[in-house]
Amino acid sequence: MRPSIFGTRHAQALLGSLGRLKRNPLATLLTLLVIGLALALPAALGLFVTNAQTATGGFSNAVDMSVYLKSGVTLAKAQQLAAAARQRPGVAQVTVIPAEQGLAEFRRYSGFGAALDALQSNPLPNVLHVVPSRGAGSSADLDSLRSYFAAWPEVDVVQLDTEWVLRFNAIIAVLRQLVLIAAALLGAGVLAVVGNTIRLEILNRRAEIEVTKLVGGSNAFVRRPFLYTGLLYGLGGAALAAAILEAAVLVLDPSVTTLAQLYGSRYTLQGPSGQVLGVLFGGGMALGWLGAWISAHRHLRSIEPRA
Amino acid sequence: MIRFERVSKRYPNGREALTQVSFGIESGEMVFLTGRSGAGKSTVLKLVALLERPTRGTVTVNGKSTGTLKARHIPAFRRQIGVVFQDHKLLADRPVFDNVALPLVVAGTALKEIDKRVRAALDQVGLLGKEGMLPVELSVGEQQRVGIARAVVSKPPLIIADEPTGNLDPDLALEVMHLFRRFSDVGVTVLVATHDQHIVRDLAKREIVLASGEIQEPGDGAGSGGTDPLPHLVARR
Repeated sequence: MRPSIFGTRHAQALLGSLGRLKRNPLATLLTLLVIGLALALPAALGLFVTNAQTATGGFSNAVDMSVYLKSGVTLAKAQQLAAAARQRPGVAQVTVIPAEQGLAEFRRYSGFGAALDALQSNPLPNVLHVVPSRGAGSSADLDSLRSYFAAWPEVDVVQLDTEWVLRFNAIIAVLRQLVLIAAALLGAGVLAVVGNTIRLEILNRRAEIEVTKLVGGSNAFVRRPFLYTGLLYGLGGAALAAAILEAAVLVLDPSVTTLAQLYGSRYTLQGPSGQVLGVLFGGGMALGWLGAWISAHRHLRSIEPRA
Repeated sequence: MIRFERVSKRYPNGREALTQVSFGIESGEMVFLTGRSGAGKSTVLKLVALLERPTRGTVTVNGKSTGTLKARHIPAFRRQIGVVFQDHKLLADRPVFDNVALPLVVAGTALKEIDKRVRAALDQVGLLGKEGMLPVELSVGEQQRVGIARAVVSKPPLIIADEPTGNLDPDLALEVMHLFRRFSDVGVTVLVATHDQHIVRDLAKREIVLASGEIQEPGDGAGSGGTDPLPHLVARR
């Protein structure tokens, strides 16, 4: 067969499928709605996780370490240590907090001013305030940084609050898995919906299929319009899902912005990225096609022309 | 073109429709297949069109043995045969043009060629100008002729017809049969199953008579030698 004829036959099948979908707008819309919702749900969950991670992305950079030096270590030595620490990869910033400054701050903020006056000498050590660099905020990185400082003989205690980072990352991991499970289940749902819709259409067009086979239509020829129908269902469902996501982002954005402002952030909700949309459309079309193929494979075989 | 060798056909329900049937039809020949309802006419046509496979014996059509033809070769096999039905099996929701074009579309013919051939086929059956009409807008005779146009549009070497005049009045029936004869005149093999003795006599073509799934030789008495006006009544006696 010449390529142009091949292309023509596919175009015919595609247009035929489109026309049929258009002829039953209500049924088509309902099917698209079910597929759209099934696709939108995991996509929305994924979007939530991504947003949560981006919104709190600043947190891991806000994670800082307080490296308490032993009380005998002089300020000059502390400056020297800080300079060394700045050379280490994964360290963004090292600030020396001299003991005096620490005491002054403590006096100001703690309300123990009078009690502190009673002390003979400053009980506070010099402290290095360490900020890990962006991208070195994972718990493993932080642990490695902590060991690095703890190994110094001049260091007394390294204080690091990684617990919440670990917890937060664990929550995100759970949510990510939930997204996958939801995607798998609802993907199977899309397969079933498309498969069943195609099955009904095959039964409806039984006479036509019989005649087509009678005049020499191959199984591939008979199957083609149904595969295109499935593909179109997937495409339409994905478009609907994308619209649902965009609409949800639009509705939520003002409240999220307000919430972020209350936390002193300029964060605004992020809509689905090009990658997410690509997965949505690609996945939707693949599922629609596959559902149609399974159904057509099962049901078209049984339809043979009878005289 | 068609060769049946000791062909028997038993359906899954146990009914034996054909028993040890043998006959041959040469290329370009026009043959009538006659006999009472249930004599096995339809089964013979189904075996030719590969809607059924023989239980025993061999059916050879256009050089291919239908008993062993692989499923994936059936579409190509069927494209060599034009089939006409009593109920014409037209697609009710498609215009005449689409119905006639179907065998060409299925075979992957180029669009321009389809247009030309569909018009030629409709011209042959006298329906040129009705391409855009739906089958229901046509008379029964016209619908039957659309079915015939569909059967001949791809210029198959073999046309089979199952009671093509069953729903037509005698004049229309004769007209349709003459149409078949014209195809036969240009070298197409035509096999027509009918119980209409007037037509068989009028066209004076070879006749294969079936009775209870077996071939009746002319002169058996029970069949229709062409002289008996009501052969089925004779057979019942």
